Amino acid sequence: MGVDRRQFLKITGLSALAGLGGKTAFELLAPGKVEAALPLMEGKRWAMVIDMRGMTEEIMKKCREACHRVHNVPEFDDPKVEIKWIWEEDFTHAFPDQEQGNEYVADKDEHRNFLLLCNHCSNPPCCRVCPTGATWQREDGIVMMDWHRCIGCRFCMAGCPFGSRSFNWGDPRLAPKELNPGFPTNLEFPTRTKGVVEKCTFCDERLAKGQLPACVETANKIKNDTLIFGDLADPESNVRQALRKHFTIRRKAELGTGPNVYYII
Amino acid sequence: MLDRAIKGGPKYWGWLIFLLVMMTIGFGCYLYQFKVGLRVTGMSRDVSWGLYISQLTYLVGIAASGVMVVLPFYLHDYKAFGRLTILGEFMAIVAVLMCGLFVMVDLGQVTRVLNIIMYPHPKSILFWDMIVLNVYMLLNLLIGWNVLAAERKGIHYQTWVKVLIYISIPWAFSIHTVTAFLYSGLPGRHFWLTAIMAPRFLASAFCSGPALLLLICLIVRKVSKFDPGEKQIRTLGGIIAYAFVLNIFFFLMEIFTSFYSQIPGHMNTFEYLFVGLDGYGKLVPWMWAFVVASVVALILLIVPATRRKEDTLLVACIAVIVATWIDKGLGLIIGGFIPNPFEKVFEYWPTTPEILITLGIYATGFFVLTVLFKMAVSIKEEVGA
Repeated sequence: MGVDRRQFLKITGLSALAGLGGKTAFELLAPGKVEAALPLMEGKRWAMVIDMRGMTEEIMKKCREACHRVHNVPEFDDPKVEIKWIWEEDFTHAFPDQEQGNEYVADKDEHRNFLLLCNHCSNPPCCRVCPTGATWQREDGIVMMDWHRCIGCRFCMAGCPFGSRSFNWGDPRLAPKELNPGFPTNLEFPTRTKGVVEKCTFCDERLAKGQLPACVETANKIKNDTLIFGDLADPESNVRQALRKHFTIRRKAELGTGPNVYYII
Repeated sequence: MLDRAIKGGPKYWGWLIFLLVMMTIGFGCYLYQFKVGLRVTGMSRDVSWGLYISQLTYLVGIAASGVMVVLPFYLHDYKAFGRLTILGEFMAIVAVLMCGLFVMVDLGQVTRVLNIIMYPHPKSILFWDMIVLNVYMLLNLLIGWNVLAAERKGIHYQTWVKVLIYISIPWAFSIHTVTAFLYSGLPGRHFWLTAIMAPRFLASAFCSGPALLLLICLIVRKVSKFDPGEKQIRTLGGIIAYAFVLNIFFFLMEIFTSFYSQIPGHMNTFEYLFVGLDGYGKLVPWMWAFVVASVVALILLIVPATRRKEDTLLVACIAVIVATWIDKGLGLIIGGFIPNPFEKVFEYWPTTPEILITLGIYATGFFVLTVLFKMAVSIKEEVGA
């Protein structure tokens, strides 16, 4: 696409006037090229497949640390006020519906930790109950949060059957210093205010830049394909291929919320 | 009309000052909560609603005091209730006012509360609860005020008031139904996911509201010349008896479904409430107090001799208020969160600031109730009703 000096000045000048950054100018100059370079922006139904066969305690810990670091999730070491976006839970408690009454779960699974996060349900009850639309489902399936609109009524926490939502019972910046060295750990991501609900957003801010979610990137650095992230709407996507090949389970699928996080046992 | 509320004896003023002190303490605690955040309460990641939302649930029921005297008077032409309708309506106003305050103190970001109106989401039951409660309060305010003003002038109230009265009757049913829907439509909360939740709310409301109204009427009779009337008290006793029996019947139906089916998710909360679960049982003594109060209330209300005798009816009313408060103002909401979505037990108990804020809101309610009742009773004394 040819741009002469006159056009270039016009576009950059207008961008500057509107207070937009260089990236926007780039997009105006070369429409379509940015998106083409970033296939992750085009998902229709994001999903994650967690391969528990290759999963280790170390990977889970690293994933949790990476997620909580890039999203400024404070550590409280107190179950009453804790905030969790991604965390470990043993099989019995992660899948209480499958486990009810089964005393004879395979040894390898019974006390084994699973990696839990928001399921980004296809039919999310949290979005249904939110009175302000502060949590809603994006067109690509991500269940998002607007921390500036949330009034802190916590209806979504009552509505979520997976315990995926956390509330800021106090100011996250006042979390114990010794547990949170250098907090906020990522200055490019907002810290939240007290009195709002938060949760995993499938790293929407990273997807927008064409990057994989932080947990996926971290896990795959240690062992490839432990966490598989992709678009369920695309029949040839990595997640669809994994789901075709392996038997998977989802948490509380019987409730009909349509969780989009799958586990290969 | 409000001028009647500033003429009173030392006991009247003493009571108001006591309430003002409680309100001030509660407000002080609220400022502390506003500054520090809801971490000053006993609520947690697992039990994310506590005493505040429980009180909202209980007080929505108390608001039924209005409809239970209004309905027989206007729909069945039961003339005797004529002198009680205003008191019932005023109590409904105060109950809904307290409901609103309890929602406000429960919000994490109260300054953004108008987002419910600016970004309305009709899929959310909370949106509808806000509408039905506010409209119900407004209806009762308009009706009560205009009927009382007309009574003072010795004229009949305007026709449009009558229209509002007819609207207010089905509207009263809506506030209990919609509030029940807040809970009964959530997947994964087995204790709440029951179609009988709304009927239970109605039954519980139709006994707790009139019970408190009757109790307060008896107090009013002691401190003023106003007499609610023997016949009226007897009829109210009958209403309370039927509604309370239904309430307990519905509750037992829940117990049957849960324990005959033996589905763990349906039994767990009942186990937690009545015998304790995994070694935790903070609410167990309370729930047995609920059982005792319920049995006492049932006996005193069902036996005609004790229901018709004023002092035993008084005890029955207190038992009804205690039982319904423990049931709806404690067990129902807190129990719904235990066990949590991971089938683990994380217990809840309110903190001192949380209790003081709660008492402050109750004091606010009783303050407004006292002023409104004082006004209504003074006017009734003047016109000699």
